[in-house]
Amino acid sequence: MTTTTENKGMAERGMGYGLRALNRLAGSDLLDRIRIRKQVEQALFQGTKNGFKGATAAGRTFKAAQKLGKPARQKKGKSTGLFDLSPDDEQQMFQEAGRSFAEDQIRKAALEADEKRETPKEILDQANELGVNILGVPEELGGVMTEQSAVTSVLIGEALAHGDMGIAYAAMAPGAVATAIGLWGSAEQEATYLPAFTGEDIPAAALAILEPRPLFDPFQLETKAKRKGDEWVLSGAKSLLARAKDCELFVIAADAEGVGPALFVVESGAKGLSIEDEPAMGLRPAATGRLLIDKVKLPGSALLGEGNAKAKDYAACVNRSRIAWCALASGTAQAVLDYVIPYVNDRQAFGEPISNRQGVAFAVSDIGIESNAMRLATYRAASRADRGESFSREAAIARKLCTTKGMKIGSDGVQLLGGHGFVKEHPVERWYRDLRAAGVMEGALLI
Amino acid sequence: MINLEIPKKFKPLATQANQVATEVFRPISRKYDEAEHSYPKELDMLASLIDGMNEGSDIGGAGAAGVRREKAADGENRNGSNLSTVLGIIELCWGDVGLLLSMPRQGLGNSAIASVATEEQLKTYGGKWAAMAITEPEAGSDSAAIRATAELDGDEYVLNGEKIFVTSGDRADLIVVWASLDRSKGRAAIKSFIVERDNPGLKLDRLEHKLGIRASDTANFTLQDCRVPKEALLGDPEVKEKGFAGVMETFDNTRPLVAAMAVGVTRAALEETRKQLKKAGVTIDYDVPANNQHAAAARFLEMEADYEAAWLLTLQAAWMADNSKPNSLQASMAKAKAGRTGVDVTLGCVELCGSIGYGENELLEKWARDSKILDIFEGTQQIQLLIIARQLLKKTSAELR
Repeated sequence: MTTTTENKGMAERGMGYGLRALNRLAGSDLLDRIRIRKQVEQALFQGTKNGFKGATAAGRTFKAAQKLGKPARQKKGKSTGLFDLSPDDEQQMFQEAGRSFAEDQIRKAALEADEKRETPKEILDQANELGVNILGVPEELGGVMTEQSAVTSVLIGEALAHGDMGIAYAAMAPGAVATAIGLWGSAEQEATYLPAFTGEDIPAAALAILEPRPLFDPFQLETKAKRKGDEWVLSGAKSLLARAKDCELFVIAADAEGVGPALFVVESGAKGLSIEDEPAMGLRPAATGRLLIDKVKLPGSALLGEGNAKAKDYAACVNRSRIAWCALASGTAQAVLDYVIPYVNDRQAFGEPISNRQGVAFAVSDIGIESNAMRLATYRAASRADRGESFSREAAIARKLCTTKGMKIGSDGVQLLGGHGFVKEHPVERWYRDLRAAGVMEGALLI
Repeated sequence: MINLEIPKKFKPLATQANQVATEVFRPISRKYDEAEHSYPKELDMLASLIDGMNEGSDIGGAGAAGVRREKAADGENRNGSNLSTVLGIIELCWGDVGLLLSMPRQGLGNSAIASVATEEQLKTYGGKWAAMAITEPEAGSDSAAIRATAELDGDEYVLNGEKIFVTSGDRADLIVVWASLDRSKGRAAIKSFIVERDNPGLKLDRLEHKLGIRASDTANFTLQDCRVPKEALLGDPEVKEKGFAGVMETFDNTRPLVAAMAVGVTRAALEETRKQLKKAGVTIDYDVPANNQHAAAARFLEMEADYEAAWLLTLQAAWMADNSKPNSLQASMAKAKAGRTGVDVTLGCVELCGSIGYGENELLEKWARDSKILDIFEGTQQIQLLIIARQLLKKTSAELR
């Protein structure tokens, strides 16, 4: 990675955080207490060893390390019972690291990444070192968070998207798969797949829910999973997956015969999978692609999770994804506000700054009001999820705000710059394209 | 630890306030909407009850006197009287905004006194019902243009001028009157004075007939050589550059309260509309995308989202006040969002419910009339947007007018 003088501080901090995360795992008493140190070390080793071997579109081999007796889960968040808008110390650290990373690196890379439809590897690596893709991995399996991490994920997503939404999507998409497995996976699935995420070469991976059709409803899936003896046969198509061509692992939503909508873990090597490029209006640094699923045979164990809670888990997954997209929309909306303020103050017309006019100034006020509310609604939904409270209503409300007001903010951002907003010299046209995604995307990210 | 739920310790208070709204306000809501200018005597006993709640609790009550700022312990998260007051007002205005505004001893004047009075003044004027007189025929939002004057004569100030739109002006014991000590010195010379209602220099001209909040009286006065003791001046008597900012400080504390009123009436309309839609066979599903549902359900979701936005901004502003964080920006955001949401949503609910919403058998049409004032008094929508813009853009009132 190239580290210029001015951003060295941040690079070191990002690196430091990643190392600290690993260190914390190594030094964790918990591992010794529950006697799984060997297994986890082995899992890490396995993940690392395998990781370097097959990082191609064909994908690495995911192999179960010795599994735990039962799936590991992050603990529910606690609450003092008081209303509070301050993140805790750990969250603040993540938030600050994310903000500096976004300012020093992501924003600077955004224009070129948008044009090339590619996020630089150094940025993806650094995001990994920051720990953005292991927030949902239980501590026993090499994660950094002891408690549920929805709010922390939201704070990081918001911070990264302040730099660029498309890059944030590309950087955080693998974490959606890790979080899904960490939240709902069986002990076997956790042991098989999570070590790859706590290692150094984190695989590209995608949580595939969205399908290519108008009025898509994640609870009425056209991707079907049919039973054939002990096996499943999957067919369908999934849209707008980040770095689809590089993905080594998918968690795919399908309407499962006799189960209803459910999630399946599918490795990229599975026969019958293919990728089609699917460029879109925005999110271009994420190099979005479509996954075509043609009669893919999966073992019975590919169904994510155990027990009878699949409908509930699936609904939670859909809603957690929506909250994640709200986090990105909130960060981008804040970026619009932070960008238009100096612009309208500097820009002169009729002998004075255009911000001296109410028509301009009030538009700025509205961006301030609505972006603040988008953020609060997103925080509320995420914090309810962390504490194990119902959050479907709050997620729906946050999504509605982030879709409608977020897009208005994107539009006003361009409008306030006039013709200058329409050209690529300024980032507002990119934010306009990106903010439309918040109401379109389903799945893909997860808190 | 981020948590945006109503704090556990305030739940009993919110429940109590909701019971008052359900058992006392709602049953007489239509009666006093029709009988404008008649005094809702049912409220006397209730006011005493609320006084008792305020006295006996360290968390503040549901009234206007709860907005005095206290110092929070270092770094410790505090949920105090600003938050509890907002929560109480939301519940009471879910019952009836006009009746809340008519509650004895809960006037905006009480908020002003609570915010800036000295300990001496609190002793003299505490426990009384205080209205607020700012607006004049020629000065509304532009409070710096106030023409009423106050002249020092010995140990007394002599007030002269005309005041309109004084909420509960005829019913209150005291009226906090805004007047200028020296009209040539502009806003720096504007001070507020506590005037006893029975002062012979204070003459009631008339009571207004209004679109909504008809249970609440709105009085117009003439002040004619109205003499008050020197000690009746609230705040600093010196005419200083920043003096007006002190007067305006009251509003940082009261804007979230008006936002809370709008949040309360908005919730009332949404709850009733949800019931009416259910009768019509439309239920709201939070998992299914809005666009895959009945258009009325999608509209409802949109309105509910705006409601939640207003609610969250209001709690944020109150929480910041409780934690001694400067909240002028957030207070205006809450007021602006809640004010416009109240109007949009209550009118939208009437539209969705059709003749049921528009007719007087239900309260929906009344709420749609009541809500409008909340986007006007305590600073109109446009004034809030100005305040917000000046802060975000770092502009003076001379630059952004």
